[in-house]
Formats: sequence, structure tokens, C-alpha cells
Amino acid sequence: MLKYNDKVLMLVFAIVVLAGPIILAPFGAGYPDLLQRFAIFGILAVGYNILFGLTGYLSFGHAAFLGVGSYSTVWMFKLLTMNIIPGMILAIIMSGLFALLIGFITLRRSGIYFSILTLAFAQMSYSLAYSVLTPITNGETGLQIRLADARILDAKNDSGSLPSTNLFGLEMNDTWRTTFMGMDLQFNVGFYVSAVILIAAFYLSIRIFRSPFGLMLRAVKTNQNRLMYTGINTKPYTLAAFVISGMYAGLAGALLASMDPLAGAERMQWTESGSIVLMVILGGAGTLLGPVLGAGVIKYFEAIFSRINDNVLHEWFGFLPGFLENFMVWIVHPFVGKGWSLTLGAVFMIIVIFLPGGLMEGANRIGKRLGKLKRGSADNAKPPTE
Amino acid sequence: MDAIFLQVLNGLDKGSAYALIALGLTLIFGTLGVVNFAHGALFMLGAFCAVVTRKILTLSKITLDPEKTNFLGKPLEIKTPYVELWWGDVGSWMIDYSVLLAILFAIPVMGIIGIIMERGLIKHFYHRPHADQILVTFGLAIVLQEIIKAFFGANPIPQAAPDAMGGAMDIGILFGFAEYAVIYPYWRLMYFVFAAVVIGGVFAFLRFTTFGMVVRAGMADRETVGLLGIDIDRRFTIMFGLAAAVTGVAGVMYTPILPPNYHMGMDFLVLCFVVVVVGGMGSLPGAVLAGFMLGMLESFSSMNEVKAIIPGIDQIIIYLVAMIVLLVRPRGLMGKAGMMED
Repeated sequence: MLKYNDKVLMLVFAIVVLAGPIILAPFGAGYPDLLQRFAIFGILAVGYNILFGLTGYLSFGHAAFLGVGSYSTVWMFKLLTMNIIPGMILAIIMSGLFALLIGFITLRRSGIYFSILTLAFAQMSYSLAYSVLTPITNGETGLQIRLADARILDAKNDSGSLPSTNLFGLEMNDTWRTTFMGMDLQFNVGFYVSAVILIAAFYLSIRIFRSPFGLMLRAVKTNQNRLMYTGINTKPYTLAAFVISGMYAGLAGALLASMDPLAGAERMQWTESGSIVLMVILGGAGTLLGPVLGAGVIKYFEAIFSRINDNVLHEWFGFLPGFLENFMVWIVHPFVGKGWSLTLGAVFMIIVIFLPGGLMEGANRIGKRLGKLKRGSADNAKPPTE
Repeated sequence: MDAIFLQVLNGLDKGSAYALIALGLTLIFGTLGVVNFAHGALFMLGAFCAVVTRKILTLSKITLDPEKTNFLGKPLEIKTPYVELWWGDVGSWMIDYSVLLAILFAIPVMGIIGIIMERGLIKHFYHRPHADQILVTFGLAIVLQEIIKAFFGANPIPQAAPDAMGGAMDIGILFGFAEYAVIYPYWRLMYFVFAAVVIGGVFAFLRFTTFGMVVRAGMADRETVGLLGIDIDRRFTIMFGLAAAVTGVAGVMYTPILPPNYHMGMDFLVLCFVVVVVGGMGSLPGAVLAGFMLGMLESFSSMNEVKAIIPGIDQIIIYLVAMIVLLVRPRGLMGKAGMMED
């Protein structure tokens, strides 16, 4: 069972996630597409954190599991039913098996060799998905659902339009809109499905963090050699962590495919794995909340930054004299719009250099600083100056 | 038979690019012990040195010809590059050979970029875990490639080889094959010769100069060399610059083969890590050997006869070999035991 602190954390997390559409609406992020991505990439990051955060094994191959999950789900949509449950189950099983195979081989090595082996595996799956496996993956076009697909469990579809993904009749793209205090609130079925799964995933990750198994994984990170000298075989533990995080990635892939029934090989490219690493590092590897936070921050700023164009910039800097305005726009221009990756790369470098613990460490540091200030100013009974 | 010979040439050609990049990667790894994920970006920067050189050389003066009109009915613009205006035939010769001139441009530029990179960023990561080194250089690679994208756009920019080396050569006849049996582009042959010269140069530099001797000693035992009163850090910084320059010129020479685009670095990076790992981390001969070996394997597996037996093998052969090598012989072909085994 969870301790008191964890129960509070869990409760607050659940409330914040479920109230996402309301909380994020004032920030311009309250629309279903972005909310779904928050939840899905949150699941992905939580899963990756179980491997990287706990054991310190830096995998560059998790995009492959994401791809496997997406492909299996779309195949379920094509063959069985548009209900997302069978797709998710198959995705978890397939990515788990795939992770078992890859993990069994790659975990024989550690450190940088492990990173490169996983990288090699991911690139291999990517190349295969593009070439030989085209009958399964549909190559460059990507796997899509069609009207003529079998879907043996579903009722016959005579409407002439593609069926949409659903959960026992609740369609994923159904949105209930309302206006509250001038804000446009959108409650989307797809988001709530992902959010519930995210909460479950987060609960599982807390349980793993607090379990003897999680302790063993931390021991692997601290000093694997010492563990082995004491006669413990660490392989089953690391392999289990690898498979679990692979299944999380598969589940995230399944959800991605459920929101938009399409699976493409570009989801498996190694730079995609890199972006998963970015999320976890940015939030704080090895912390509970960090990965979700990192995923949220990256996806949010990705959406915001991509929307800024030169006109917006000119508006921002409009108060400056003409030449200074143009200069500032010229400076900022490469970082916004299509240049979002540049900002991401730069922020990521700054985080790794100055704040290796990610945003969570930053928050802790600020918290400590504030705590000190409070204690220091307690005798003269003044609130700390902000 | 001639098909096999052609694949040997292809393999040498691919292998020389792999070997050159892997050589630079190993120089950095062997000296400083840093896993540099930004190395592919250096290759890409080198390629863009060639683009910049050509751009500078073809800066043109625009004159209007009032007698002719273009399709919009405006007076026709005639562009004459300044170098041609100033030096006539020498100028046009310079434009033609811009790829080779770009090497002269790229060596100092890439060397300086390398030294700045080492002093400004990587220096601070010697005592951090390897994972941090990977992450920060990965971030740097993203930043570099996005900067290039912001300035040069996302499309590949084709570069021409000099006219004299543009065509193809009937190389088969030299080796006793029938006429026109094996025809191969001049430039790819040039690339192989160039790679051989650079690799030979680097090895000779390390082998026969005092500087190289000190560096080799530092690679073997950094602490002792330091205790002998030699400023090994400065020499390693210079080696980083050298490695960046080697990778840069490899990129410059590759531009007529592959039009440079901003993500070519990332594409090569994974392959070259695989090459380095197969050759053995920190082993220079291993990197070169593995580069040529994997290039050769890749080109042979792309033969139709091979593909008929195992479909898709050409896509994955390199990774497959890397996995087998790493699992059977973890230190790579020529690596030392205990390298990065933590």
C-alpha cells in the first residue's frame, strides 16, 4: 500500500490530470489534440523513467516500441474491431515480447555499449519497417484503416465513411464543449481515456519506485559491480525494467494510434527516441513527477512556439524603436515557428550543463532557498522578499 | 566477376567515408575519453563549408543587358562572378575547383570550431558520467543542425565536382576486364584516394612526430605524461581540433557524392558509432579497418543475388554485424580490454 505522502501525491496528480481541460484552457492549451498528447507522452515518459531513471541504462531505442505498439493497434482496427481495447492489449503484448527479445540481447552490455546496441536495434527496425516489412507496415505511406477492412467483430459498416475509434461506443473524437467564465472548455473522450490510463500508469510507477524491486534497480544504478560481487544476478531485474518500460511505450503507441488511426515508420526513427530522452531529462530522471512534467512542458512549448510567426514577434517588440525592433525579431526568429527544435536543443543543453536533475531539481533548489529565507527572517517576522 | 569488382569499389567508397568519420570520432574518444554525439554535426558542418566556399566564389556582379529581355519582359540580368571579373580564367578555374579550395577553407574553420567546442563545452564534462556527455553532445548536435537549417533551408544543396573529375572512368580495363564492363565515377575514386591520404597522414603524424608521440603516450597513460611535466591537456585540445578538421574535410569531399542537407550528420552518426564500436573503442586502426569492412559488407549485401537469398539484408547488415561483434567480442575487433566497461 502507499504511504501517506504518496497517497497525497497520487490524489493531487489524479485531480490535476482530470481537471486538465479546465486548468490548461487559460494557457491556450485546452484543446483535445494537445491534451491527448500531454497524456500519451506522459505515459511514455513515465515508462522510460522506470528504465533510465532507476537503473541508469540510457536506451536510444524506445521509439521502436512506440512504433510496434502503433502498428499492432492499427492492425487490430483493421482485422477485429474499432474498439481500442483489443488493440491496446495486443500492443502491450507485442511490445513486451519485442522488448524481451531486444533487452535479452542488449542488456548483456552496459554503459555506452548498451546505448549503441539499442540504437542499432531501433535503426534496424526502422529500416526493416521501410523495406522488407512493407506488407505489414505499408512502408512509406504508413498503415491506415480502410473501408474494405474485415473488422469481423464490428457491425457491417454501410455509411460509406471510415469508422472512428471507440471504447464500447464512446467515440474517441467526441468532445463536449462548454463556455465557462468566457473560456472555451473542451472535454474530450480520447483525452479522458488517455488520462485515466496515465493515472494508472503513474500509480504503477509509484508502486515500482517504492517496492523492493525498485530498490534493486536503484542499486544497479549506484553500483552494479558491487551487486554482482555480492552474488546477485542483476540481469533479471534490469530485463524486467526494460520490458516494463517497453510495454509502457507500446501502450503509448497504441493510444497514439487510437486517437488518430495511422501508424508510420517515422515514429520509430532514433531521433524520436532522442526526444523521449529529452522529456525525461528535462523533467528530472529518477523522480516520480519529473517525466510527466517534462513531457508536458515540451509538448506545450512545441505547440506554442510553432504558432509564433514574424507578425507576432513584431507585435511583441513593437514598443522598441524601429531598428531595434527589427534586430530583436531577427534574433528571436530562428528560435520560433519552424525553429522550435533549435530552442529545444538549446534548452536541453542548458539543463544538462547546469541542472542535471532537471526541472524537479530546480524546483527543489528554489524550495530550499525559500525555506532558508523563511527561517532566516523568522526572528524579525517579515515575509521573505520575492 | 566484374559485378563483384564493382561492389569492391562501392565498398571502398562507402568505407572511406565511414573510416574518415570513425577516425575522427576515435581520435576524440581515445584522447579525451568523451563520447561525442555531435560528431555527425561536424561532418555536416564540413559539408556546408563547401557550400559557403562556393557561395563566396560565385558572388556575382549583376549587370543589365538592355537589348535582351527575360520572360517577364524586364531587361535580362547577367551575373558575372567577381572572381571571374577580377582574374578572368583563373577566376573560373577557382569556381570550377571550389570543392578542393573548400578543403583549404574547411581545415582552419573546422579546427577552430573543434577547439572552441572542446574548451567551451566538453572540457566541463570530463568528470561527469558518460550518459551526461552523450546527452550534452546530442543537444549540441541538434542545435548545430538547426542553425544550419535556419540559414541554408531544409533542402539539399547539390554541389558539382570539378569538370575534369566529373565524368566516369573505365577502370575495369586497368584490371583486365572487358571494355566498359566496370565504369566508375572519377570523383568516387578520388574520394578513396583522398581518404587514404588523410588516414595515412594522421597515422604518420601520430607515429613520426614528437607531438604525435606525446599524444600517443597520453592516450596510453594520461596521468604519467602529466607527471612528466607535459601539458597534455593542451595537446589533447589540439587533437580535438585535428579530429574536427579530419571529419570536416571528409564532409567537404563528400558533397559532390551526396548533396549536403542539414540532417546528413545525424544520418551518418549512428553508422559511425557502430563502426567505432565494431572496431573497438579507442583503437585508431580498428576504426579504419571496421569502416572499410562495414562499407564493403554493406555494398556486397546490396547485390541482387544476395538480396534474393535474404531480403532486406542490405538495410540491416551493419547493425547485425555490430550486434554479433559486440556480443561475441565485446571490446570490438582491435579494442583494448576494459575500455568503457563500467
